[in-house]
Amino acid sequence: MSTPAPAALIPGHPRTPALRAARLVLGRDLRLAFRRPGELVQPLIFFAIVATLFPLAITPEKSQLVLVAPGVVWVAALLASLLALEFLYREDAHDGSLEQFAVSGQSLTGLLLAKSVAHWLLTGAPLAIMGPLTAWADGAPMSALPGVFISVAVGSIALSLLGSIGAALTLGVRRSGVLLSVLNLPFTVPVLIFGARATQQAIQGVDYTAAVQLLGAMAILGVTLAPLAAAAAVRISLE
Amino acid sequence: MSNLVLGARGLHLWRGDRHVLRGVSLELRGGQILQLTGSNGAGKTTLLRVLCGLAYLEEGDVFWRGENVRSNLHGFHAELAYVGHEPPLKADLTARENLSYWVGMRRPVTVARIESALDEVGADDWRDRPVRTLSAGQRRRVALAGLSLLSVPLWLLDEPTTNLDTAGQLLVTRMLEAHVTRGGLAVVAVHHELGVNGVTLHRMVLAS
Repeated sequence: MSTPAPAALIPGHPRTPALRAARLVLGRDLRLAFRRPGELVQPLIFFAIVATLFPLAITPEKSQLVLVAPGVVWVAALLASLLALEFLYREDAHDGSLEQFAVSGQSLTGLLLAKSVAHWLLTGAPLAIMGPLTAWADGAPMSALPGVFISVAVGSIALSLLGSIGAALTLGVRRSGVLLSVLNLPFTVPVLIFGARATQQAIQGVDYTAAVQLLGAMAILGVTLAPLAAAAAVRISLE
Repeated sequence: MSNLVLGARGLHLWRGDRHVLRGVSLELRGGQILQLTGSNGAGKTTLLRVLCGLAYLEEGDVFWRGENVRSNLHGFHAELAYVGHEPPLKADLTARENLSYWVGMRRPVTVARIESALDEVGADDWRDRPVRTLSAGQRRRVALAGLSLLSVPLWLLDEPTTNLDTAGQLLVTRMLEAHVTRGGLAVVAVHHELGVNGVTLHRMVLAS
């Protein structure tokens, strides 16, 4: 066996730019998710089950279903999103990846934001497609579907990002599911209220931009501040 | 590169009511290895994690190139590699994929470099299998390949020879020798004597 070739120890050798590092982490997470499609579809199946149980429990009458459709879509989306959040950092904490992120010389905040983007692409984006389908199945008119799509898409960004703080804080806790849900409640309830409102307005055919703008504000708050808080929480958990 | 100095002064750390690090001080220069020994629970891993800034100290400071590492933690991290007692690999990715992101997020690396680093640690066709199917020793070798690809001056290694066969342990020794001969530094927590030749080896025994 040969000795590794001596590469020169150049002080200040080129570092990977922050954006490229974040892209590598994003690509890694997407690749990992597609290696285990079972876990990938789990929140979606959960969403579908919750959404189909409502018509069975209430009434198959579309004129009545359409009244509860916003609630059905949003409660199901919120629960599915919470279900997926529990696994956001768990495996990386377990196998030492988070440690490597923390000592990589890259901004931990940036790398965690990349992980959240991957998380949204894998759960939020599919939910944004399933939301309108569910609303349509519950009797919403076709014209309402773009509004439902936009509200779920924007709202799920807020859910993914703001939820990442709770996911990071509960890293040290075994079976953190319930604690995570309780911890995330103050963030998820406003998203639920305005998300359901926007969806309802879209179905009624009235202007829904105000509610979507509020969801957008929460999403921006999440994108800008949540990774900072999550990074601080991750560092504490690594101690 | 004479300013490659890792220093620590009066490190104190408690874990609950256990006083794990009791006033540890050290100074290590380029071209030297520090071998950390001590019984289980003596604080070898804790000291390594303190040195790389993962664990916070109650008292004391760590210095790199004469400056407190807390003043430029990112710059310090860019010059060190920490490999814990478990190789930091994703079980569902292949050895190659693991290295391309682990090394790639820190410094630009080409596919050819990854291949040759894997050759050097004796990886054959198993480099394309998911890491979950590899043996503990093979995973350790992948981590060693990553370590050499990072080509940073400071290595902080926790039990690097665990699970390795005789040839693998020899590989670790050769890598350490080559690293410090190039002017690098290494702090290595081990249970047995490292057996490196022709380099300056300092020993520190942590008492529990």
